[in-house]
Amino acid sequence: MDFGRISRRHLLQGGAALTLGSALGARSALAADTTIGFIYVGSRDDYGYNQAHAQGAAALKKMSGLKIVEEEKVAETDAVEKTMESMINLDGATLLFPTSFGYYNPHMIKMANKFPKLHFEHCGGLWSEKDPTNAGSYFGYIDEAQYISGIVAGYTSKTGKLGFVAAKPIPQVLRNINAFTLGARLANPKATTQVIFTGDWSMPVKEAEATNSLIDQGVDVLTCHVDGPKTMVENAARRGAMVCGYHVNQSPLAPKAYLTGAEWNWEALYPKFVKMIAAGESIPNFYRGGLKEEIVKVSPYGEAVSAEARKHADDVKAKLTAGDYTIFKGPITDNKGKAVIASGTDRGQKDPELEKMDYLVEGVIGATS
Amino acid sequence: MTIDTADGVEAVGVAPAADPGFLQRHGTTIEYILIPGAALVGALAVFGVFVALFGKNPLDLYFYMYQGAFGTWFSWQNTLTRAAPLILTALCTALPAQLGMVIIGGEGALLIGALAATGAALALPSMPPLVVQLAMVCAGMIGGGLWIMLSGGLRQYRGVNETISSLLLVYIALAILNHLVEGVMRDPASLNKPSTREIGAANMIGSIPGTDVHWGLVFGLIAAVASYILIYHTVFGFAARVAGGNIRAAKIVGLGVGKLIMTICFLAGASAGLAGMVEVAAVQGRTNANLAAGYGFTGILVAFLARQNPLAIIPVAVLLGGISASGGLLQRRLGLPDASVQVLQGIIFAFVLASDALYGRIGFLKGKS
Repeated sequence: MDFGRISRRHLLQGGAALTLGSALGARSALAADTTIGFIYVGSRDDYGYNQAHAQGAAALKKMSGLKIVEEEKVAETDAVEKTMESMINLDGATLLFPTSFGYYNPHMIKMANKFPKLHFEHCGGLWSEKDPTNAGSYFGYIDEAQYISGIVAGYTSKTGKLGFVAAKPIPQVLRNINAFTLGARLANPKATTQVIFTGDWSMPVKEAEATNSLIDQGVDVLTCHVDGPKTMVENAARRGAMVCGYHVNQSPLAPKAYLTGAEWNWEALYPKFVKMIAAGESIPNFYRGGLKEEIVKVSPYGEAVSAEARKHADDVKAKLTAGDYTIFKGPITDNKGKAVIASGTDRGQKDPELEKMDYLVEGVIGATS
Repeated sequence: MTIDTADGVEAVGVAPAADPGFLQRHGTTIEYILIPGAALVGALAVFGVFVALFGKNPLDLYFYMYQGAFGTWFSWQNTLTRAAPLILTALCTALPAQLGMVIIGGEGALLIGALAATGAALALPSMPPLVVQLAMVCAGMIGGGLWIMLSGGLRQYRGVNETISSLLLVYIALAILNHLVEGVMRDPASLNKPSTREIGAANMIGSIPGTDVHWGLVFGLIAAVASYILIYHTVFGFAARVAGGNIRAAKIVGLGVGKLIMTICFLAGASAGLAGMVEVAAVQGRTNANLAAGYGFTGILVAFLARQNPLAIIPVAVLLGGISASGGLLQRRLGLPDASVQVLQGIIFAFVLASDALYGRIGFLKGKS
């Protein structure tokens, strides 16, 4: 399992070669067959975005012949370029997973151009023809799992008021809010989702405030799209509300309040990628998928989920997994009354229009700007 | 270093008959190297104990720190790249410190400088790169300079504490940046990461030839040396130091304290603004929330460790750049969490501040008196 080893000349340049250090450094660099580097923007045990990737990395650690190196809390500046280069030069990494959105352009693209023989796989970026071919971007249609969460939430909510703590009004987030709401309205056509945008990916204080304020307004089931759902989950559970998780399974944080959740399934995808490379196949540069492709998954239902909700949710999940179900199916109007998807138009998951989503569907209380 | 002459005069004055040895003649200079050096060694020793408590070998720790920061040519470039913005943001604290002001809002000036520089580049789409780059430098420096002048003006004319105001202005700067980047300056194509349009590859200032280190390092060195000359070898600098020593005495001898404050604050903000311009023109290529990477805050630490001396800022910035460069290796090789680097920075800070008490108390460096 060798992805084309780079020269270790870099390691020997500079002072280390002359010191007692070089022997030690060379020994550890040669210890494994293939080195894979993972870079996280936050802490890898955040019960959220970064932990999901770290779980994927942990799945690779179980495979033989692989050495995994990880670095957390790397800023989306030239710091990440240097981290990638350091993993390449000092650890001999030949496959890199810079996992945060802001790492893609210009940072990862720059490194992919600089090291054309190595592989770079990015989560969330939009790879296009002008980007280097040794770079790739993968992402999951996690709105499918949010849709299932929405169904469960719609059945469970007694007030019909759902809450969504969101980071920024960008397409990926809006798509999750909309899918969650559309799912909830399958169960309860009168359900509404009140959304609060905190303004950034990791704002624990604002997330807690948003959670409390939603519950004060009568919301009794909450979900979120921020980097670390921990704050929302713990606060909501403390206030007696129910929650649907995001990124990873947060049920250990609130076993009674946890209904279900939209999770990434990187622990299935990353071993698949490595096997593809080892078999000499090339990973498509633009790689996407949902429940069917096992890139996302739904957390096991909590005890508070009724049999009716389970049945409906399982039914839709089966259809999504089979690939014959469309979430964004016209007619859909936004929450200002404007038709955004016309009657008779089906926007399937791969429809590029969905990547540009800039509206909130009917039933969402909130505004994108 | 300024007190150097004063002490020398005193030594000669008190004991003219005794011929002071090398140690005594250069006592103060040696102190300035010996004491921070000892503080650093002490801090590293304590950090070694801390790491040993977690079951890691401190010798491995020191080796990896050396290797990650200075051990290879790549590591050196990594260190210098990280040091470059710190020199400029440290000046934002060190220059006002000559006047006895504690400005901790370099981050805000950096963000405003970056915005102004990006605005200048986008406003001049068809100009030759050199013109655009010069316009960016000017815009960045003026933007950042005016930003810190706000704090200076509030202090001088409204009696507002400059430490508080400069810190609060950081959050205002970030809000302005987010507002513009997600509003009028947003590139409609930046879907999931709101950003301005790119300034264009031709307008990027690139790296110092033969290295990966961007020109920000050279800007930083020039700014640090120029600041040193300004403060210690000009009448203006002398007046600033007089005002910093005793503002009432300065007023009595007729120094224009208001003008001094405004000028120094402008220069301080201008250097942080230049750091912002460099981040745009050498790293990101556009403005987005990635710019708020904390360089302004680390700059405060650098300035205090350098005892507000513009020349000492250079080695201190390299040292902290090295610590941050080696942080990745500590995570990867020793499995230490990212926070361990912050622990080390905190220990160094505590040791250097505590070591202040040693100046003038080391027996063998003092003349007989």
